Amino acid sequence: MEPFIRHEGIAAPLPIDNVDTDAIIPSREMSRVSRRGLGRALFANWRYLAPYDPTPDPDFVLNQPPFDAATLLVAGSNFGCGSSREHAVWSLADFGIRVIIAPSFGAIFESNCWGNGILPLRLRADVVAQLLTATAKGLFAVDLEACTLAAPGLETLHLEVPARRRSDLMAGADAIDQTLAEHAAIATARARRNSLIPWAVPKIGDTP
Amino acid sequence: MARTLFDKLLAAHEVRRFEDGTALVLVDRVMLHERTGSLALQALAERDRPLAAPAQVFAVMDHIVSTAPGRGDASSVPNSAAFVRAMRDAARDAGIRLFDIDDPDQGISHLVAAEQGIALPGLTMVCPDSHTCTLGALGMLAWGLGTSDCEHVLATETLRVRVPKTMQVWCSGRLPEGVTAKDLVLTLIGRYGAGGGAGYHLEYAGPAVQALGMAGRFTLCNMAVEFSAFSGAVGVDATTIDYLRDRDLAPAVTPVQERQWLDWASDAHAAFDRRIEIDCNALSPMVTWGTSPAQVLPLGAPVPDNADSRALHYMGLERGKPVADLPIDAAYIGSCTNARLDDLRAAAEIVRGRRVPGGITALVVPGSTRVRRAAEAEGLHEIFEAAGFEWRESGCGLCFYAGGEGFAPGSRVISTTNRNFQGRQGPGVRTHLASPQTVAASAVSGRIRGALGLAEAA
Repeated sequence: MEPFIRHEGIAAPLPIDNVDTDAIIPSREMSRVSRRGLGRALFANWRYLAPYDPTPDPDFVLNQPPFDAATLLVAGSNFGCGSSREHAVWSLADFGIRVIIAPSFGAIFESNCWGNGILPLRLRADVVAQLLTATAKGLFAVDLEACTLAAPGLETLHLEVPARRRSDLMAGADAIDQTLAEHAAIATARARRNSLIPWAVPKIGDTP
Repeated sequence: MARTLFDKLLAAHEVRRFEDGTALVLVDRVMLHERTGSLALQALAERDRPLAAPAQVFAVMDHIVSTAPGRGDASSVPNSAAFVRAMRDAARDAGIRLFDIDDPDQGISHLVAAEQGIALPGLTMVCPDSHTCTLGALGMLAWGLGTSDCEHVLATETLRVRVPKTMQVWCSGRLPEGVTAKDLVLTLIGRYGAGGGAGYHLEYAGPAVQALGMAGRFTLCNMAVEFSAFSGAVGVDATTIDYLRDRDLAPAVTPVQERQWLDWASDAHAAFDRRIEIDCNALSPMVTWGTSPAQVLPLGAPVPDNADSRALHYMGLERGKPVADLPIDAAYIGSCTNARLDDLRAAAEIVRGRRVPGGITALVVPGSTRVRRAAEAEGLHEIFEAAGFEWRESGCGLCFYAGGEGFAPGSRVISTTNRNFQGRQGPGVRTHLASPQTVAASAVSGRIRGALGLAEAA
């Protein structure tokens, strides 16, 4: 995973609450057994005039310069709710998005972001409202090392980012490798669980 | 100290708690499906990462399989056979149990896991499907995740999660005749919003929940994700224990086992971070008007004056006018929300002796092949077919549009599913969510109508 330390870019405003992952990428656009090349399908229902028709809808923010080159997204509450499809995050990443700012996120979507090098920033709704206005005025800059967000016309914000998620993202660390290193603690927990919940492991031979 | 069900589940599975509010937890079961299962297994194989606990991993074909009678590997979904065969090959190579298309126990993963006894009280379980929370109804912690997190579980038997707060949804009173678990959960989401459960684990409790059978409890937990909760659950009681008897992969229900399972419920006086109450005596059948499950009304009530314009425009509705009596193009009974035997029985009861008007598509897609067989043994398929419904094979079917079969653009569909998102059942399709009873009554009326209205009209 590409390490994330600092990022500066154009932030696109998307002030809609409850944007679901079906809206981020419709299921019909997931027809390949692959994680790559999904940026074209991002927000397909809103970005194009008709399904399967690549004509851009000029009213949609990501079709309007400079936001067609956005690498940050400022969104409404509960962004990424609904389906667990990681394709939603893959399509955002493939489009070039590295940071998403919202008052809240769908839980599965938020976890998927961390695993794909996208920084999900949960900020207070009134702060997000100010940032939405600032999107028209210039570049946003996130410094994960200093835990700051700078947006034009606003005082630099201090970010509260979960410590371990932050260090993993900055290192571009592989989560599986990190966890495999905890094998002793996992073995202890497994033994405790097995004594407490003897049915936790299906009995061999029970499988039809 | 008195503990909630969630506290017990977390404590039994916690490997490590981190200072940033996350925890590494043991995961006891993984269910995979053909949409993303092969991606996860292949990614691990490419990096020579073995499965940490292959006996605890299962796979189904549900997401993009055909629901047409006599189906093979291919459905009308583009590239579907490639997904199906990749899942079959990956499951074989990994040595995991697959419920394949022709398996007599095939079905939607959340139904198969319960029917087989893969899902059991006290366990943790994940599946790359957001409706995995359905299984919390068995007194377990089950939740949906993405493909990368699924790989993490397969490789490590664990996952790092953000520890949620706890919320009790106390359901007092009793659901009136003809009002269902679907109407209850739609009321909850309508009242507190589609993000109302964000950051919480929900536990449904109270007399109205105790009175529900397992089908209704699964429906409640199924839609916890539409409330943006981490998951939902119901504590184990005698109803749960009865359901667990004679499940292939479950231990026998001995008195000792029964006592152990009954522990997986919140202690009396356990403290929740938040508690909300719904008076079930006051509830009535619900139907959604918009493009979020939170945009919901009692049947017959007018669309609110402050309704969101984008949703109104998409749904072709006007403020101040009711959704009831709108003509429909299709009726759909299916999905992990409402396609269990009890759901089909309730719908068949309403459909019996009536006819779906010409020009209206009406479909039943049983949630599992077991449900389909059990329904056929009772003759339910004959009731549906005599009324003009298509009787399909099991799968996720038309709950979401994957590029194959769907409803016509612009068509109005009343559906027992869980999501009325824009385009969810096909480009331009207008989905109204409701209970099986309301969908059945609407199907035979040709317009959105409750079962009660039907009885009066008949």
